[in-house]
Amino acid sequence: MAATTVSHNKAKRGSGQSSPRGSRRRPGLPDENARAGFGRRLRRDLQAHAFMIGAVLCFGFFSWYPMVREVIMSFQKTKRGETTWVGWKNLETVWNDPGFWPAWRNTMQFTLYALVIGFAVPFVIAIVLNEFRHAQAYLRILVYLPVMLPPVAGVLLFKYFYNPEYGLFNHILHFLHLPEQAWLDSSSTAMISVVIAATWMSAGGATLIYLAALQNVPGELYEAADLDGAGLLSKIWHITIPQTRPVLSLMLLLQIVATMQEFTNVYLLTGGAGPENSTGTVVYMVYQYAFRYDSFGSASALGLIMLVVLGGFSGLYARLSRNSD
Amino acid sequence: MKTNRYRTLVAIVLVAGVGMTAAACSDSKDTAKDPGSGDKGASAKLDPSTKVTISVDCMPPTTKAAERKQWLDDIAAFKVLYPNVTVNGKDGFPCEDPAKFTAMMKGGTQTDTFYTYMTDKDQVLDAGQAADITPYVTPETVPNLNDIDPNVMNVLKDGGKLYGLPTSNYQMGLIYNRKIFTQAGLDPNKPPTTWEGVRAAAKTIQDKLGSQGIHGFIENAGGNQGGWHFTSELYGLGGQVTSEDGKKAAFNTDESKTLLQTLHDMRFTDNSLPATPGLAWGDVQKAMGTSKVGMYVGAPDDIPLVVQQYQAKFEDLGMAPIPGGKTSLFGGADYMFKKSSTPDQIKAGIAWVNFKFLTLEKGQFNYARNKTDGIPVGLPQPFFFTGASKDKDTSTKTASATVPVENFATYVAAQVPVKPEPPNAQKIYTVLDNAMSGALTNKNADIGKLLTTAETQVNTLLAASQ
Repeated sequence: MAATTVSHNKAKRGSGQSSPRGSRRRPGLPDENARAGFGRRLRRDLQAHAFMIGAVLCFGFFSWYPMVREVIMSFQKTKRGETTWVGWKNLETVWNDPGFWPAWRNTMQFTLYALVIGFAVPFVIAIVLNEFRHAQAYLRILVYLPVMLPPVAGVLLFKYFYNPEYGLFNHILHFLHLPEQAWLDSSSTAMISVVIAATWMSAGGATLIYLAALQNVPGELYEAADLDGAGLLSKIWHITIPQTRPVLSLMLLLQIVATMQEFTNVYLLTGGAGPENSTGTVVYMVYQYAFRYDSFGSASALGLIMLVVLGGFSGLYARLSRNSD
Repeated sequence: MKTNRYRTLVAIVLVAGVGMTAAACSDSKDTAKDPGSGDKGASAKLDPSTKVTISVDCMPPTTKAAERKQWLDDIAAFKVLYPNVTVNGKDGFPCEDPAKFTAMMKGGTQTDTFYTYMTDKDQVLDAGQAADITPYVTPETVPNLNDIDPNVMNVLKDGGKLYGLPTSNYQMGLIYNRKIFTQAGLDPNKPPTTWEGVRAAAKTIQDKLGSQGIHGFIENAGGNQGGWHFTSELYGLGGQVTSEDGKKAAFNTDESKTLLQTLHDMRFTDNSLPATPGLAWGDVQKAMGTSKVGMYVGAPDDIPLVVQQYQAKFEDLGMAPIPGGKTSLFGGADYMFKKSSTPDQIKAGIAWVNFKFLTLEKGQFNYARNKTDGIPVGLPQPFFFTGASKDKDTSTKTASATVPVENFATYVAAQVPVKPEPPNAQKIYTVLDNAMSGALTNKNADIGKLLTTAETQVNTLLAASQ
């Protein structure tokens, strides 16, 4: 039996059949598919395809079809009930919109702040939590609690905290004899205030993922580092981060993609644009075009630009990650 | 090879399934003929023997028990006149949610007779969803037609064709809290009529009642509400937002600078505005309803809202004309008729709207019934009748008044000329939000620069809209 397996593996290597498709074939039935008739294969796989149809319909109807429609609509305009092809005009319209570059600036700013705060904070919390030997389960629940709050409830809570006149944060600053802030009501602090609220509401999930990754780091590595006299920061830099790099990389990508599509927090906390348009993001601009200006063509064109940017970023990121491996 | 063919077939079947499902749910072609074209019987009243069913939205929700009861009673009364017409009400509150409405227009899923704001006309026409009702609306089908303010009817026309019938309208004014005025030592029967007066009154309120968390004035700066308010306030000073042809910005003027500077000074010099301006619809209404603010610029339909939602009292609220009093922005709501409806459905819809919303002493104008049912009577709305109809409406309203009509006397008596919203209003409001938020949140704001930047941006947007 062992010899059969070895020779089979050799045969695979020799014939270059190392693809996953080839390796899934059952031993002894390599040519069965080729011999089987079309009808026979259809009957055999009918159940599998039947199960697949539901999922394909769901994806098709709620994801792929809207995406295709978006691309089509980004080249169309509807006026007085007549839909016409307008070429690149919708793209020109959004490109020349005076709010276009400020929206990208705000989006990039949100993404940057969200990386600095929203990426680092959960990782640090996870490292601290990982050091606890007791009550870790309770602490995990505490950290995860904000995620369980409905987003709107969390936002309203922060809106109250941020109120410059009776909010909690200014009470604390006043108590500490520090200058009070306008928070959401100033163009210089509105965006950072939104990021803090967003981080508080979403950090729990990221913390648990980092914690799971940390618990897979072999303890022997830290023991060896201790023997070598490594300090805390040195251990984090040379052991923790390299060992959790796959998870950190994935979370970084997901976070950038998610934060660049920010809408909910800015819409609820600052009304969207915020003081002097300091928080209006690209997705908020898409919302404006679609639901305030009734220009689905321009909204689709802007969405398409967003898709290209995010797709380009994801592709570049995947390529860089592969090269560094 | 066979395997490839098999996979191709499966893929085609799946894609076709998806495609057919999508196609099944996509826009369907209008099957009814255009009722405005060549239908000779269009101008005639609906034949009572006609059997037809229509759906109508904006039926009051169950939480508004009195209004809902009246709606159902009116359907029963309408059924007596037209025994074969079935009116299916569809409830909703608010009657129109802009995002939902936009999606509805795209999908063509609105009711046969559907509620819109007057500013929605272009959106509805662009979506190809409204029937031309010009031949259907005559003094025979709408007996009070000639007494409806022509300014209001013009807003519902496009290219000389009529697309809607009004149900309510408003003109912007100054809503103020009479109780706070009295507490601050101001005369509640003499509300300010200029911005200098507003500023002085707001400062007095702030000085006297600021320690109780009460502010003199509140203003919007977000959610397109800031731009809307700026436009209203500029109209009050006699200014305009765009040129007459709607192609250029026309608000970078001394009036605008004075207006924004006044608001800025009220916020940062007098401290008579709260640190947080209104960012969305409802924010300033809440401040008024909870007696946290002395004044704000708004429409009269805010008054029942703040009473019903925040338990404010009618006797504590008053309304004055828009500061400046040169012109007043007006708007309102109306019903339009689905383009794919049959001529009989359109006739039935017009008959219902006429019965419920445009007939004196019936429907919404049945003030005696409103009084019995506890619905406030005496507010300065709707405001669209002129001539004999207006006189009759005023007298019947006064006879059944349940709210102190004298609180709104200065607003009603002012007779400020009205002016509609500018073309591309929502795009312009988005930009003007920034000017308002700059003036209201930035202590070092350069008012001239804010207006110049906004002017450039509006001109770019208007050029792209041509």
